[in-house]
Amino acid sequence: MGSARKSAYALKDKYAIVGIGTTDYSANSGRTVRALAIEASANAIADAGLKPADIDGIVSYNFNDSAPAIAVATGLEIPNAGYAVDFLAGGNAANLIVLSAVAAIEAGLADTVVCYRAMNGRSGFRLGGGREFRALGPTQFTAPFGWITYPQAMAMWCRRYQVEYGLTPEQLGNVAVTLRENAVLNPRAMQRKPMSMDDYLASRMIVDPFRLYDICLETDGACAVVVTTAERAKDMKQKPVYIMGGAYGGGPQQGDDLFDCIRWPDHSKNYSHYIAEDLWRSAGIGPGDVDVAEIYDCFTYSILMQLEGLGFCGLGESGSYIADGHIRRDGKLPVNTHGGLLSEGYIHGFNHVIEAVEQLRGQSGPRQVADAEIALTTAGAMTCGSAMILRR
Amino acid sequence: MSSVESYEKPIPVPDPDSAPFWAGCRESRLLIQHCEDCGHNQFPPSNLCAHCGAGGLSWKQASGAGKVFSWIVVRHPVPKPVYAQDVPYVVALVELAEGVRMPSNIIGCSPEDVVADMPVKVTFKQVTDEVVLPLFEPA
Ligand SMILES: [Zn+2]
Ligand SMILES: [Zn+2]
Repeated sequence: MGSARKSAYALKDKYAIVGIGTTDYSANSGRTVRALAIEASANAIADAGLKPADIDGIVSYNFNDSAPAIAVATGLEIPNAGYAVDFLAGGNAANLIVLSAVAAIEAGLADTVVCYRAMNGRSGFRLGGGREFRALGPTQFTAPFGWITYPQAMAMWCRRYQVEYGLTPEQLGNVAVTLRENAVLNPRAMQRKPMSMDDYLASRMIVDPFRLYDICLETDGACAVVVTTAERAKDMKQKPVYIMGGAYGGGPQQGDDLFDCIRWPDHSKNYSHYIAEDLWRSAGIGPGDVDVAEIYDCFTYSILMQLEGLGFCGLGESGSYIADGHIRRDGKLPVNTHGGLLSEGYIHGFNHVIEAVEQLRGQSGPRQVADAEIALTTAGAMTCGSAMILRR
Repeated sequence: MSSVESYEKPIPVPDPDSAPFWAGCRESRLLIQHCEDCGHNQFPPSNLCAHCGAGGLSWKQASGAGKVFSWIVVRHPVPKPVYAQDVPYVVALVELAEGVRMPSNIIGCSPEDVVADMPVKVTFKQVTDEVVLPLFEPA
């Protein structure tokens, strides 16, 4: 779709992720979101071999369903955060907050930044549920027709893809089944019971063309990472994971909110088509160089669109690409090695960053991709999103 | 006719940009914005032409004819008590003859009969004393 940016990302390998932390993922944490955010952030800081006093920036994203950055900074007793920002955003921002931490450090606002996402996504505010019942703003043209939930929103995209290219239930099912195979090996995953294609096909229809197993899990939990300069990273406890590049975007008609896609030109293609050129150019590599990919999977179909948008296969070819086994752990592009949002849990896509770092450090145990050097993480499924290329 | 109090589904709240559209529906007229400067038709409404940036857009009545661009069949009602009686129901992005897209319901046929590019035409349904929704049925 051509480059969106006039200037290229200029910070290749100059910044690194030096710490990661999570909480347990569950359906009912029994804790405040603030407590979850603080636990994951404290774990990430400790993982980096740092103390809260070493942190001077903090950034997150939420839908008014989380603890704000200043609350977490206060809870951690961060002495003086020079950068404390909350993006009002969805999963599209899961990589953008890391890139914004890099930008803040580059600008001199902070030296070492914690990035987190925390949510009681099952026991508290459920993103998959209904929205505001007075249909204001962009929702006045959608909600009155019973078009209310995110599964309903994204099924519209999936259907258009099906119209354009053809798509069988089994091609969606291959995504769900493959990711579950990975989750079985992941002690953090919420769904570790093996799933067969028959199990997938037998799961109930929620909103055609989505069955239950096309839809990600609702999860209580939190994830956090620590970002600093490559220079500082050299002396830290963990082997640094360098940020080779990244991009955010989605073209000219992104709509009035994250649901709104009325003016989007072609619903068989999502944001990934628009950021691909900037993403690969930023890191100076191409799709063939990626060893492991953690691809945003709020729904099965979003993996298909991103494989095509980012150039791993041609338009309309992702169904057969997946059927050929290429996204399996032993395939040429292992995808969502933790089980993804579909089977590990839905920390709004931030858990993809955690998994990518663990894979590049060689800490993924039985689900480790042998000799993984370069990882892709993506975030977003509809009109806008972000992505990063990481390396060990 | 049901009153606002007994109608439990989301009710559109007109704003300064959209008020003429909802007023048109009350008169069984499907209105879209039109840019006199460049000829662009526009929906949803906005204060500016998304094509050339001109203000002062006028409204024109669409023919009401369109085709199904994409559609879903809602089988699991959310919230359950509100939509339990309606499932399965079809939500579609309808592409009007004038080139704009509009979300709506397809009524008057079985969900299984909806296909891509199916010709449809607008019909109006009064849901409260104040609100009339534009729906679509097979043409
Ligand atoms: Zn024009
Ligand atoms: Zn114009």
